[in-house]
Amino acid sequence: MDAFLYMAGGMAVLATVLVIVSTSAVPALLYFIVSLLAVALIFYLFGAPFAAALEVIIYAGAIMVLFIFVMMMLNLGSDTKRQEREWLQLRGWIGPVLLAAVLMGEIVFVLYREVRPGDGAGLVGAKEVGMALFGPYFIGVELASLLLLAGLVGACHLAGKAAEGEEKGEEEP
Amino acid sequence: MNAAAGQFGLLLAAVLFCLGLAGVLVRRNVIFILLSIEIMLNAAGLAFVTAGALWRQPEGQVMFIFILAMAAAEVALGLAIVFRLFYRFKTVDVDVAARMRG
Repeated sequence: MDAFLYMAGGMAVLATVLVIVSTSAVPALLYFIVSLLAVALIFYLFGAPFAAALEVIIYAGAIMVLFIFVMMMLNLGSDTKRQEREWLQLRGWIGPVLLAAVLMGEIVFVLYREVRPGDGAGLVGAKEVGMALFGPYFIGVELASLLLLAGLVGACHLAGKAAEGEEKGEEEP
Repeated sequence: MNAAAGQFGLLLAAVLFCLGLAGVLVRRNVIFILLSIEIMLNAAGLAFVTAGALWRQPEGQVMFIFILAMAAAEVALGLAIVFRLFYRFKTVDVDVAARMRG
């Protein structure tokens, strides 16, 4: 189990790095989907199969499809690609990276020195999660549904206005 | 799961969060900024699930579901704003939007 876990973790980190340094959008999205799948594998190895399924279905499925849909509608050219390449020069960010590496070393030291309780295999399945979700966290579910409704109304308002403004030929700044 | 696996999970969540933060700070393409925010939210969810698995409680996965709903709402609104930005300025560079006048 441990070898799988470390391999999946390494894949997730590598794919995420490639997302960030990638200059064009569609390969970045594909790398991000690889990263999400690696994280889903880690969830499964941690004994959380329901969270793993949701990660694949909602994150790697629904949300990434939304990204791809928007990207196909925008249809970006090579102009932005050249600009992003210029932004990723080494000299600009080597200092902050060194400082962040020191902080990272501190985090590693703290996490590996700390003693943690709990051992042995444990599985928290969909039944327990559902019992908790619709038991003590029922108000949270209602709030999440309100949040999704607010997101729906807001997205309709903003995107609808954008399409309308394009038809009317909105003034350029 | 044992303590070493839990430590690895939390460490991985920290690394992924830092990568997402670096993405937000480095990139100027608004779609990459949204992707990096998704990376950070995913790392937070990984931390919650790891902690829930470490103590064998369902609360970690419950919080992960809430984070998932929040990420979905956030990405819908964010992409709608990307549409507004693109139709108004004909680009996805966020620095252009710094000239916005009310």
